Amino acid sequence: MENPAEEEAVGVGFDGARAAVLVAGLRRGFASGRTRSYEWRAAQLKGIVRMIDDKEAEIMAALHDDLAKPHMESYLHEISLAKAACTFALKEMKRWMKPEKVPTSITTFPSSAEIVSEPVGVVLVISAWNYPFLLSIDPVIGAIAAGNAVALKPSEVAPATSSLFATILPKYTDNSCVKVVEGSIPETTALLEQKWDKIFYTGNGKVGRIVMTAAAKHLTPVALELGGKCPVLVDSNVNVKVATKRIAVGKWGCNNGQACVAPDYILTTKSFAPTLVDAMKKTLEKFYGKDPLESPDLSRIVNAKHFRRLTSLLDDEKVSGTIVYGGQQDEKHLKIAPTLLLDVPHDSLIMKEEIFGPLLPIITFNEVEDCLDFINSKAKPLAAYLFTKDKRLEERFVKTVSAGGMLINDTALHLANPHLPFGGVGESGIGAYHGKFSFDSFSHKKAVLSRGFGGEAPARYPPYTPQKQKILRGLINGSIIALLLAILGWPRG
Amino acid sequence: MESVGVEGVANEVRTDYESGKTRSLAWRRSQLKALQRLLYEEEEGMFTALKQDLGKHQAEAYRDEVGILIKSVNYALENLKKWMTPCRVPVPLLAFPTRGELVPEPLGVVLIFSSWNFPIGLSLEPLIGAIAAGNAIVLKPSELAPASSNFLAKSVPKYLDSMSVKVVRGGPDVGQKLLEQKWDKIFFTGSSRVARIVMAAAAKHLTPVAVELGGKSPAIFDSLSSARDRKVAVERIVGAKWVPCSGQVCIGVDYVLVEEQFAPILIDQLKATLEKFYPRFDCLSRIINEQHFQRLSNLIKDPSVAATIIHGGSLDSETLFIEPTILLDPPLDAEIMNEEIFGPLLPIITLKKIEDSIEFIRARPKPLVIYAFTKDEKLRSRITAETSSGSLTFNDTMIQFACDELPFGGVGGSGFGQYHGKFSFDMFSHTKAVLRRSFLLEFTFRYPPWDAWKLPFMRSVYHFDYVTLLLRLLGLKRG
Repeated sequence: MENPAEEEAVGVGFDGARAAVLVAGLRRGFASGRTRSYEWRAAQLKGIVRMIDDKEAEIMAALHDDLAKPHMESYLHEISLAKAACTFALKEMKRWMKPEKVPTSITTFPSSAEIVSEPVGVVLVISAWNYPFLLSIDPVIGAIAAGNAVALKPSEVAPATSSLFATILPKYTDNSCVKVVEGSIPETTALLEQKWDKIFYTGNGKVGRIVMTAAAKHLTPVALELGGKCPVLVDSNVNVKVATKRIAVGKWGCNNGQACVAPDYILTTKSFAPTLVDAMKKTLEKFYGKDPLESPDLSRIVNAKHFRRLTSLLDDEKVSGTIVYGGQQDEKHLKIAPTLLLDVPHDSLIMKEEIFGPLLPIITFNEVEDCLDFINSKAKPLAAYLFTKDKRLEERFVKTVSAGGMLINDTALHLANPHLPFGGVGESGIGAYHGKFSFDSFSHKKAVLSRGFGGEAPARYPPYTPQKQKILRGLINGSIIALLLAILGWPRG
Repeated sequence: MESVGVEGVANEVRTDYESGKTRSLAWRRSQLKALQRLLYEEEEGMFTALKQDLGKHQAEAYRDEVGILIKSVNYALENLKKWMTPCRVPVPLLAFPTRGELVPEPLGVVLIFSSWNFPIGLSLEPLIGAIAAGNAIVLKPSELAPASSNFLAKSVPKYLDSMSVKVVRGGPDVGQKLLEQKWDKIFFTGSSRVARIVMAAAAKHLTPVAVELGGKSPAIFDSLSSARDRKVAVERIVGAKWVPCSGQVCIGVDYVLVEEQFAPILIDQLKATLEKFYPRFDCLSRIINEQHFQRLSNLIKDPSVAATIIHGGSLDSETLFIEPTILLDPPLDAEIMNEEIFGPLLPIITLKKIEDSIEFIRARPKPLVIYAFTKDEKLRSRITAETSSGSLTFNDTMIQFACDELPFGGVGGSGFGQYHGKFSFDMFSHTKAVLRRSFLLEFTFRYPPWDAWKLPFMRSVYHFDYVTLLLRLLGLKRG
């Protein structure tokens, strides 16, 4: 009998009919009830942990193939985070699965109530190319922890990782309920035409809209992890050496800027800019040496299309003229060096679109105030960063800037904390995950209310006498006194 | 309203929101208090409007709409400060000194579409949540309940901040124009057909939506040995069918599942209860309009369905009145057993064993609520574990709607997004993750260049292996 995993993994000729068969299979798997037990969920997660341990070398090799990702980054940002997500879920899952008792009020006395988490059913996860391992497995871990059957469509722009998933995931998990579908636009379209119980998409806003529009046909809830221009506001009262190191590792240390939470641009005051630029240059040289294109610690640009997209951002003379550091490019190897630009025109393309690459514009204003206004004039980003020692500025920043998440005096770290919801707002996305938020994202919280047959209130029912109406008012407003008075016949008339 | 008018309203509200006024505790509190006053002072106006739109008796109007709103706004006022307070989250010791917290913030400008059956309740309930969360709001009540719509258009600006909370009246064309604008959240109560249109429009702006739909909510009626229990149970079923808005209610009992042998007992008790509740029919709401009246009469027109009517069945197209009607085992492929009834017709479906009700329900789209009347613990556990619905209520009906501690919303075909109580506040908020660090304590092995010696350090960090990390830092362990 043909190995069903191979059949789907091939991706060739995967049309609407094949997608329907895939979904039907997953529905049958889910309907059997197997995904709901703690044992099944734990077995899958343990399988994934084993997979990560056994195949660490292969995973790093695939990431290197797809992105020239330095092994350290692959370990730090993909492998260990994926493993941490699994072990955290394994540790907490029993607790998450327990119904949550909630208090009830006089209105429903006597009664007991609880909130029961149940899987939504059959889930589709569409992943991105920049952290192709993590962003595929992380939502899948959440879906499994919540007891769902899941189909994963890894990004075709990271083909080595995609095909690695197709090969290894079925070996370590239950094939009937966890499937990998490889492919590009036609295959994704075929999948999106099906009815899912939830769709989880990581990527850009343009495709996010396509996913949500497709989901609307079936009224399927979606989670969209998108991007945006993550600003970094740098105040003058900081330890500038530490600040630039933290900014640099969040920018170029994260896939050479190709990360949704990477600092996109910096804002600072005109007076502080020279100090900041100087410190940044020193940091960059320390990290990547005098010839960054030769450094093994920088990812390459993922493909020629994105390479051209990034270099064309510098086509505008008004933009390229502001380069104060870097700018080296190697088209053959798809490498672009860390590049600093000082005061590009606000209306240039590089300041309109998410850069997603190693170019870092620094925009200066006279006052820090103006920097805040600038941030708020743009779409809400996935993350916003502030470097300062001024507590008042910190408070203002937290109060007035809206973003998916925020860090004060560091960058990118928040996504590693499983107690923080990770997700966007506005253009940067819908929904959040990580830790328990992943479990919740793929669960339905069912309200269960239990009553007995005592405590009947005839006041609820017709015929509606004035007496009954008084009692009703007391009951609904939870007022014991009103209730008693009403029963006793007060107020009269 | 002209499209310029709608766009103008949307722009006005957005400018108002951007002033930051709606974010303060003071503003939110003042609006909720104003809503409280509206609910007390305008009671007569609400009763009149609901009587006009639906023939609702004022007791019903109070029980199902006004009273519920008073409860909800009181609950929001009591808890508002607590909800607005950021909450701390644990951070690993390794990240010391770091402070993590979740900061709720308003989404911005919210669009609320409400439905015609509880036109005031379902307009103002989400409004309470949106205000508590600090948003500016545009509310579009259903044009099918024009008196209530006009009531809201008149009284909301009278009591609330008319720059930040606006009511826009009109039909589908106005709805369409509203959907062309950009909102930060859209809350929709109504049918799946329109919900699809709303979500597709929202997708263009990546606007998150919540859709409160319906479905066929069943009541499982197990055998109850005590006659008193049976009486109470049936009253509660009647209380979820004809009592609220003549069955035009999303959490009503759509149909009942019962074992064949107990069907006669159930039917007798239903008839007795109907007689007790409705000596006259003036306590019954009417059908909203001719279109729905036609829809409902068509459900029982089919001869194979009409033949199963065992009680009621009379219709009056002049007064849009349909008598409480009970059917026994209509054909399962008839429309009445496939579409949400949303009216005063109650099919009773008999089964060989009551446990078969679980399979019956699972074979159909997930409903907004499942009701089950049973004292059998095993059956209860099975229903809880093996069926899925927005809510599940044992031994009563409707009342889960009044629980502020329970989330209210659908799943699958019955919708997504939950509200009531704090869930309303959360639904209209963005929960922002904030991590605060200082410049102390730098771990240089975080940074490039990625020398080989750094990896073992990072492994210790990620395993939260503080001892090994310390040893490494002290140079007492390598490799």
